[in-house]
Amino acid sequence: MSEDLLDVQIDGVWHQFPKGTRMIEACRQAGVEVPHYCYHPKLSSPGNCRMCLVQMGMPPRPMPGQDPAEPDEDGHLPISWMPRPVIACANTIGPNMGIRTTGELTESCREGVMEFLLANHPLDCPICDQAGECSLQEFSVEHGKGSSRFRERKVKKPKNVKVGPRIRLDDERCIMCSRCIRFMDEVADDPVLGFTDRGSHTVLTVHPGHELDNNYSLNTADICPVGALTSNDFRFQMRAWFMKETKTIDTNCGTGINITVSARQGEIYRITPRQNNDVNSDWMPDSHRLNYHWINSDIRLTEPLIKDGGRHRMAKYQEAIITTADKLRNFDHSEIAIIVSGRMTNEEMLMARLLKRTLNVKDIDIIPRRGESDNYLISEDRNPNTNGAKSVLGLKDPGASIDALKKDIANRKIKALILLQEDPLTDGAFSAEDLKPLEFLVTSYPLANPTADLADVVFPGACWAEKSGTMINVTGRLQKLNKAVDGPGQTMAPWEILRDLIQALGGGNGIYSSADIFNLLTKEISDFSGLKLEDIGDQGIPFLDTGVTLPLVEREKARIAKGEIVGV
Amino acid sequence: MAIIVKRPKLKWWEQLYLPGIVKGLAITASHFVATLTGKKKVTMQYPEEKWDSHLPDHYRGAPALVTDEQERERCVACQLCEFICPPRAITIKPEEIPSDDKWAKVEKRPKSFDIDMIRCIYCGLCEEVCPEQAIFLRKDYAITGTSREEMVHDKKRLYEIGGVREGLVNKWNELK
Repeated sequence: MSEDLLDVQIDGVWHQFPKGTRMIEACRQAGVEVPHYCYHPKLSSPGNCRMCLVQMGMPPRPMPGQDPAEPDEDGHLPISWMPRPVIACANTIGPNMGIRTTGELTESCREGVMEFLLANHPLDCPICDQAGECSLQEFSVEHGKGSSRFRERKVKKPKNVKVGPRIRLDDERCIMCSRCIRFMDEVADDPVLGFTDRGSHTVLTVHPGHELDNNYSLNTADICPVGALTSNDFRFQMRAWFMKETKTIDTNCGTGINITVSARQGEIYRITPRQNNDVNSDWMPDSHRLNYHWINSDIRLTEPLIKDGGRHRMAKYQEAIITTADKLRNFDHSEIAIIVSGRMTNEEMLMARLLKRTLNVKDIDIIPRRGESDNYLISEDRNPNTNGAKSVLGLKDPGASIDALKKDIANRKIKALILLQEDPLTDGAFSAEDLKPLEFLVTSYPLANPTADLADVVFPGACWAEKSGTMINVTGRLQKLNKAVDGPGQTMAPWEILRDLIQALGGGNGIYSSADIFNLLTKEISDFSGLKLEDIGDQGIPFLDTGVTLPLVEREKARIAKGEIVGV
Repeated sequence: MAIIVKRPKLKWWEQLYLPGIVKGLAITASHFVATLTGKKKVTMQYPEEKWDSHLPDHYRGAPALVTDEQERERCVACQLCEFICPPRAITIKPEEIPSDDKWAKVEKRPKSFDIDMIRCIYCGLCEEVCPEQAIFLRKDYAITGTSREEMVHDKKRLYEIGGVREGLVNKWNELK
């Protein structure tokens, strides 16, 4: 037995865990769930909800003059059980410790705690957004009573309080777990929440003169075990049990935050962060989370457009592909340039590379998109796949040749431009004057946009939620993007547009899915050789060494090292 | 386990079958005469005559939404009926009750509530699952329309059919 591993008996079975493991984590690793409300692995453990009470025992200490107990044939000492329970979340394991998560004492503790929590809890599950994913509901099914013994009047507290621009608070539903308070204090560094008053009149409030307006405030609604804090954006939109959840990644910046997209009947209703301790821990910024409403909006491009006599007309997708290929044949290969987007997947970039090869084009680049890092999760690089452009397109400094390209267009050296998934007029990367000298412009973009107005052929390009693929984040982690919903109308993913364009220009290529392209990636690009799509998994894999770190993740690692949080 | 059924042993006149046929014809003829002479009535002249008064209390007709004595629409758009509905006939869009409304404390109500009566199978699960006593199966059985759109009962129509229901649990009322 290694010195750092301790023997612990959980529900009669002996296990080994490293020294310093919390009892609740030991139980979780042994496959036993201890119900809890206030405990969160990424936050400090105040131990105030008392739901995780378990029975604990240690080997008996010999009386003076008494011989120590004899270990049994496996080397375990007998356990003498304590008459009173302990909380599993804030206590660490000890050598030869016994934990009982079932049995009369534990069960009666849980029933007692549930009864107290439900005494003042309103019976408004039918209107509560948390219903269906509420810990209080789940544990009251397991440990609650069918009827209430509480004959007194329930305590009245503030309801429907606007604590911030994106968060609504219902104090009657609050069970005082203090997760939100600890999150705002320890992770978001904006301690605006707190408890006031005492006993059963305790209420969660915002500090006077302040608002819960931090860019990470919606995480408090995620970690709230009940429906006390709810998101204004998701309020009354859809019940939790109707939605299909897709694990994918956020594309608002280079961090590539792991997210879950919840959709029903092709419509996205909310985006929530998904745990990945190497990327975003359990959190995500509100600005990224709420940036999805345009996906279901009326300003989506749904049909390909072809310019005839100065006006756009709707066309069939096939016709748009053939028109584009025919027009491109009229130009010399030195007169064509390709601009792809840093929001495209590795697969799509490979298809762009193949198109470049088919057309024998020299110029290919992405439009750089930079902002300020917020020192938490938002990266300076607002393109989610700049590292993919470096790796797949072989660009040393992505975006460096855009200015030279502008000059080439002005000098009429470049006459045709293929511009994928970008709207540079709105972003400010190009002006209308910059694009005017072009004889032929083909674009794809999810939304109707000013650049598309100038284009000769416009494809409705699928957005990030409507396609699958892989991306490499700023730290060099290869992560999977999964399709959550179908695009409207004749929307096509950029890889499909590129594949069909290559086919129209140079013949069949036998690619039917983005997984096919990934296989091609492993053959074409040395970085990817030997990889399998299945190997990437939901959490991604370390892929490139970029030396970039994420501030929030680094701070969390430091807290884990100090033992302040569990962190798993 | 197999059960052996004993074949009855028929008498010789029973084996002829003729007496049986005659007996059957005699019963038919007696009914024929009774109906012809107006002694007995077996056909209801629907739709001039209706069987509404014969319907049992547990009859399951069209589902409808109800209001209560306080004129509050009881549905809070929890969408449990939409979830349980086996033929997926129910579609609900919830909305927030504006803060100046008398019942603002209920917070949530249906913005639209559609039941597709072509799909509805009158199973009554919506009534059974409703935590707010808001949806009931009424005795309306003649649901007709000339188009598919007409066969969809919207929120207005559902409240028309449902009307006011008294004596329900009023859990949203203020304590005195």
